[in-house]
Amino acid sequence: MSVRRLAPPEQQPKEFAFSKDNLAWAKQQIAKYPEGRQQSAVIPLLWRAQEQVGGWLPEAAIRAVAEFLGMAHIRVLEVATFYTMFNLAPVGKVHVQLCGTTPCRLRGADELEKVCRKRIGDQMHVTEDGKFSWVEVECLGACVNAPMVQVGSDYYEDLTAESFGKVLDQFAAGKTPKPGPQIDRQLSAPVGGPTTLTDKSLYSDSKRS
Amino acid sequence: MLADKDRIFKNLYGLHDSGLKGARARGAWDGTKAILAKGRDAIVNDVKASGLRGRGGAGFPTGLKWSFMPKQLGERPHYLVVNADESEPGTCKDREIMRNDPHLLIEGCLIAGCAMGANAGYIYVRGEFIRERERLQAAIDEAYEAKLIGKNNVHGWDFDLYVHHGAGAYICGEETALLESLEGKKGQPRLKPPFPANVGLYGCPTTVQNVESIAVVPDIMRRGATWFAGIGRPNNTGTKLFCISGHVVKPCNVEDAMGIPLRELLETHAGGVRGGWDNLLAVIPGGSSMPLVPAGADQADTLLMDFDGCRDKKSALGTAGVVVMDKSTDIIRAMTRISYFYKHESCGQCTPCREGMGWMWRVLTRMTEGRAQKREIDMLWEVTTQIEGHTICAFGDGAAWPVQGLLRHFRPEIERRIDQYTRNADAHGAVREAAE
Repeated sequence: MSVRRLAPPEQQPKEFAFSKDNLAWAKQQIAKYPEGRQQSAVIPLLWRAQEQVGGWLPEAAIRAVAEFLGMAHIRVLEVATFYTMFNLAPVGKVHVQLCGTTPCRLRGADELEKVCRKRIGDQMHVTEDGKFSWVEVECLGACVNAPMVQVGSDYYEDLTAESFGKVLDQFAAGKTPKPGPQIDRQLSAPVGGPTTLTDKSLYSDSKRS
Repeated sequence: MLADKDRIFKNLYGLHDSGLKGARARGAWDGTKAILAKGRDAIVNDVKASGLRGRGGAGFPTGLKWSFMPKQLGERPHYLVVNADESEPGTCKDREIMRNDPHLLIEGCLIAGCAMGANAGYIYVRGEFIRERERLQAAIDEAYEAKLIGKNNVHGWDFDLYVHHGAGAYICGEETALLESLEGKKGQPRLKPPFPANVGLYGCPTTVQNVESIAVVPDIMRRGATWFAGIGRPNNTGTKLFCISGHVVKPCNVEDAMGIPLRELLETHAGGVRGGWDNLLAVIPGGSSMPLVPAGADQADTLLMDFDGCRDKKSALGTAGVVVMDKSTDIIRAMTRISYFYKHESCGQCTPCREGMGWMWRVLTRMTEGRAQKREIDMLWEVTTQIEGHTICAFGDGAAWPVQGLLRHFRPEIERRIDQYTRNADAHGAVREAAE
């Protein structure tokens, strides 16, 4: 299991409050669950809080969510420390999550790791301009498109050290690179075109979107 | 090879419209009302007759699982929970269903919900799949809009469907941990019994099913149980999504018949093993929890990709995430990394797992370099047997098996590396003088 602790007090902001939009959204979320089961919404709410803060979860946000859902503070703290997508310390604006599990390692995640170390530094180190940080995560579930990284909500797949460098270059320039495979490939189909589903009569009424 | 017309996931690669219009053109939501009109027992019997076994790893017969739900709706509501917490290394099939063919999943949820008396369903998507979640939610919104699901829908079975998400915990793919997580707690598995069919989500009868198991149901009902049962071998019927990753020429996802020989699967769809079939070192047939199968005439050469075929080689089909490793692979390092994965993902509830995972990983890390004693190989085996079967959930087993697979087939490699390391100890001549 992974041991995770909150960021030191000097990094913690004093207060946290959901923005108006997020508050309305949070109420909608609670409505998904039966009466009295609002605790179910704790993960989505913490996630939204993390997005609002800018990529990490301060202690004040954990308390705010606990209060909002009527849960004991410790129960929310438990959840925040158990689930590894909650960053308990500040991260860069562009937080690179590098998949380092075996299927990605077999196809060159080592090279991507070198790029990260060279351009960003150690794991969870935020560059001086506050722009980049990176962390090695466990399987992200895109193994046939290995090696890959996740940045924000998007997956960047079929990377090489070179194409990964280009993706980082674009982020550095303030742009958002095109997500998905970084080679000529349709999602998870084999390179060079599918070997199946080539029977056109199956799609007589279905238009390509 | 399976004919295209027999494939269920016709938009696997996202080449066509994933929305309602496109899905309908490919046959989804066709005659759903008539299917539901057959009634609960008939649907369960059809699914049983099709021979469908769970696609999430354990391979439990799906129809049988549904029949465990209470026959009468009592005071407690029934729930359907779909496990889309796909995190098993080597597996990436549910992602394609959610983003490219979401309507098959939604329709499957409605049918399954009707078959188990559930009026509400939750789809638990892993936290990292943010775009997939958005796609799925958009498809659900479309279905509500068209009154295909929801209260007073055109099919006559009230059914609400919600998307919920996690935040990065592999263990939440275990059904009771998933339920805990869905209730807003840490994802730590529950003791069974009571089983979820009796006491599940919010203490109510619940059935948890993998995305693929649910998404194939509409086609089974439409085309008939005998169609599905006619594909593959007895006890291993139907089609299956295979995820082929690692050292193949063209890694890909593909749907094919159960029981397809491994070699045929790799060579037809993935361009074969990098450097040719003879360059194969080992393959993990079903996601990282399953023991590896080495190359060889009575091993990978004759491996049939279904439940029984994999069991014959002392492995298991699991999720059908095929990880191929060629002769350039440092097999000990590859397995050590898998061991690290389990160390990282253990929920920490049971001592054998919490302590054992780190122990195995540390020993394997030394073995990667050869910095170990040969007696530790047997000790490592002993420890895996002390973890396996001694934990609340199957995570312990799933972490012990890959190590056992390594020891079973690659012991000489570990010994060779230990020899190599010890030989290096004297390689440059021993220091005979006191260092002052």
